[in-house]
Amino acid sequence: MATNTAVAKQQKSWRVYGRYTLLMFVTLIVVFPIYATVLSAFKSGPDSLDHPRSLLPTGLTLDTMRAAWNLGHMGRLLWNSLFVSVAVTIGVIITSVLAAYAFTFINFRGRRFVFGFCLATLLVPVEATVVINQRLIDSFGWKNSYQGLIVPLLATAFGIFLIRQVFMTVPKELIEAASLDGVGHFGLLREVAMPLARPTLGALGLFTFLGTWNQYLWPQAVVDDQEHRTIQIGLDALRSADINRFNLITAGTVIGALPIFVVLVAFQRQLVRGLTAGAIKG
Amino acid sequence: MFRRRGDGLIASAMLAPAIAILSIFVVYPLGRAVWLGHLRCDATGRKCRTSGWMQYFDVLRSSDFQHALKVTFVYALLTVPAGLVIGVGLAVLADKQIRGIGFFRTIFSSTVATSVAVASLIWFVLLQPQVGLLPDMLSMFGVMKNPGLLNDAGTALPAIAITSIWANLGFTFIIVTAALQSIPAELFESAMMDGAGGWKRFTNVTIPMLSPTLLFVSVVLVTRAFQAYAEVDLLTKGGPNPERSTETVTYLIYGQTSLVKNDIGLKSTTAVLLFAILLVLSLVQFRSLERRVHYGN
Amino acid sequence: MAGVQLIKVTKNFGSVVAVDDFSLDIADKEFMVLLGPSGCGKSTVLRMIAGLEAPTSGEVFIGDHLMNGVAPKDRDVAMVFQSYALYPHKTVRANIEFPLKTRGVDSKLRAAAVADAAAVLGLADLLDRKPGQLSGGQRQRVALARALVRDPQVFCMDEPLSNLDAKLRGETRSELVALHQRLGSTFVYVTHDQVEAMTMGSRIAVIVAGVLQQVGSPTDVYDRPANIFVATFLGTPPMNIFPAQLFEAGEHSVGVRPEYVRFVDSHSGGVEATIRLVEHLGHEVHVTGVLADGTVVVARHGGEEASPRSGDMVTVSAEARHRHRFDVSGRRLA
Repeated sequence: MATNTAVAKQQKSWRVYGRYTLLMFVTLIVVFPIYATVLSAFKSGPDSLDHPRSLLPTGLTLDTMRAAWNLGHMGRLLWNSLFVSVAVTIGVIITSVLAAYAFTFINFRGRRFVFGFCLATLLVPVEATVVINQRLIDSFGWKNSYQGLIVPLLATAFGIFLIRQVFMTVPKELIEAASLDGVGHFGLLREVAMPLARPTLGALGLFTFLGTWNQYLWPQAVVDDQEHRTIQIGLDALRSADINRFNLITAGTVIGALPIFVVLVAFQRQLVRGLTAGAIKG
Repeated sequence: MFRRRGDGLIASAMLAPAIAILSIFVVYPLGRAVWLGHLRCDATGRKCRTSGWMQYFDVLRSSDFQHALKVTFVYALLTVPAGLVIGVGLAVLADKQIRGIGFFRTIFSSTVATSVAVASLIWFVLLQPQVGLLPDMLSMFGVMKNPGLLNDAGTALPAIAITSIWANLGFTFIIVTAALQSIPAELFESAMMDGAGGWKRFTNVTIPMLSPTLLFVSVVLVTRAFQAYAEVDLLTKGGPNPERSTETVTYLIYGQTSLVKNDIGLKSTTAVLLFAILLVLSLVQFRSLERRVHYGN
Repeated sequence: MAGVQLIKVTKNFGSVVAVDDFSLDIADKEFMVLLGPSGCGKSTVLRMIAGLEAPTSGEVFIGDHLMNGVAPKDRDVAMVFQSYALYPHKTVRANIEFPLKTRGVDSKLRAAAVADAAAVLGLADLLDRKPGQLSGGQRQRVALARALVRDPQVFCMDEPLSNLDAKLRGETRSELVALHQRLGSTFVYVTHDQVEAMTMGSRIAVIVAGVLQQVGSPTDVYDRPANIFVATFLGTPPMNIFPAQLFEAGEHSVGVRPEYVRFVDSHSGGVEATIRLVEHLGHEVHVTGVLADGTVVVARHGGEEASPRSGDMVTVSAEARHRHRFDVSGRRLA
């Protein structure tokens, strides 16, 4: 009996070691591209990724990063991305909250129809509308402008739908209590609906920010000058700067990825919750 | 709820911004594209003549569109099953409460942080023949070192697929991990009591319980394949040419070498066709979400 | 201070008649309990007084003022909800002062009013907590305090005790009665619990299927129920209903409360029954018997009295002065 449990214990510990080994191995594969990229960003010279030997952290320097920053106008790119993403995020939150409030708490004629209209736009992907929107923006004279980058993104059916879902969980008695307390629509929104929606507003903000920051097709369609380029489409320029210095590209990539990495580390929990919300019951 | 006087006015004011944006930049462009889809236009886009509504079928049947569709399908085939298997594998591997598991989970979710552009540039460098690191390793398996994976018509699409699989790994991992954690432990325990070993439990409990989630994730991944643009633009520009071996449907419309680039009519036709494909995919996605909810209940 | 008057009020929800031709006069400073089974329309009546529902027809007066079309906030009515409906993100203090704040009351006056209400309800130490950190009983007090600070003409309460455990409910009952006496304002209280109705109400209005059955003091309603429904709804175990022939001549029904039913030796003559069940509750005993035709009879007597045993054959007796008589349609006779 005693030997049996000892054997079982040993078997179990071997299994755990096996799992660790496998986990480590897979981690190496997943992390390798990131490691190689970051490392080469801190090396100089065209051969920095030429050989397995180059994967050792030797001869580190900030020169490449500095060069990429200057050559790629990274400051400008990052600022543009930040400005556009923040503006879109704030705008989406405002339009979503207002629309969701009207859909949830106001009983107006044609409510179902208008909501259906909004919901239907969920089915239209960016890829189908850029053709026309590009010309539309041109005709507004918004080519190469922040307005062009921002305004078309200021409302999403997803945001309206998400916030409405939260507003619908406000208990009926609470709304009635507020109306007895003498609260109007503005008060109900500020005092009752918004505080309850705060966590979801955070998730919506995070997703909108990330989505806008990571956009590629739309900025490329409305912007072709250095002034308004965002980081996603601006990184490409480093390739033409000096085709033989790949570590300029990796350095630019690191700079471009860093802000989002920071955001994600800070909001990891909200991101995971947001990604899995609705998908998994629980 | 009590209907108050002036409510209609307040509602209109609150809805106006969202409705205006959605109407002008989503509904109008779609409708306009459907309309322009039966026209042929010159490069300025001002002079157009009708080509008939059959233009949709003409484009659908055209060899260019068929080619792009084929590329997109192959791309989906390369990315989705592999991405799913790897994602589920990682999730199962990390679904054990052992010391340090949080570290591994963070690593496996980490590619969520990279945009398609960043992921593409990372792999662009790694896949360069001059850089050598990966091609050196791959050459051991008989893959040509020159002219480089991205410049070879046979390997360019699989090379982009690797980028995409890697970039989507974090998303798949997070969703599947959450789904795994929502499987009631009693199911595994009762399977254990029935004498099912690890593999049996995986095939008889884990996979069936995951299946709605797997359906959801695959539809999302297929949709992403059909929307693939940034990775193609950054890695191959639809080439190598003349094979156009990485020209996906989205790239066919918006790519710099796009065949329909200078004809807003044809461009609209193609965009509407892409919309139709994505519409079907989103409807399937909504259905799969519904099923997941029902399954949970 | 003011009374409440409902005149021929009807409320339809689509084709469903929730409240039917309902007239009730609630006097100033009265504690009126609206009693009935769930879904009988009693809450709808309360909500029409508060202005949360508009009557389909009929008139609602508070004091001398017609309230039809007046917004809830302008009625000078406070309401305590079953779920308490506290603002979850506000502190107890902020919850209590909120109705004053929306009415633009000066902050000094507000603070004084909050302090008063908190003192009355024993909430002084909890003012900085959030509702989530309170027990059910404490939340209930906050809801009361929020109603109290407004010093309204009428307090509406919709099953405010139903989320409390039995012990707390008993304590709060007496506190509410004390509060009513102290404030001297009009209370309208909805419940399905007859004990609450009997112990708290100055009058009880019994409602079934949207129709007012009887209004009267608790003893009135208990001792002289207007119809079979009221008779069987109030009292535990409920009143026994027999065909008249068992005891006396006539086609009507006879009702006898369990405390006046006696099971005596079978050879004394009369209606025979077999004892089915004897339940000892400590202070009293419930004895269930079955007549030859299957009618169930329940008797209740003190715990110290001797009771028959299950299976015994007995005779049912009920003194004539304790018999209630109802006509064929269920209405009380005389």
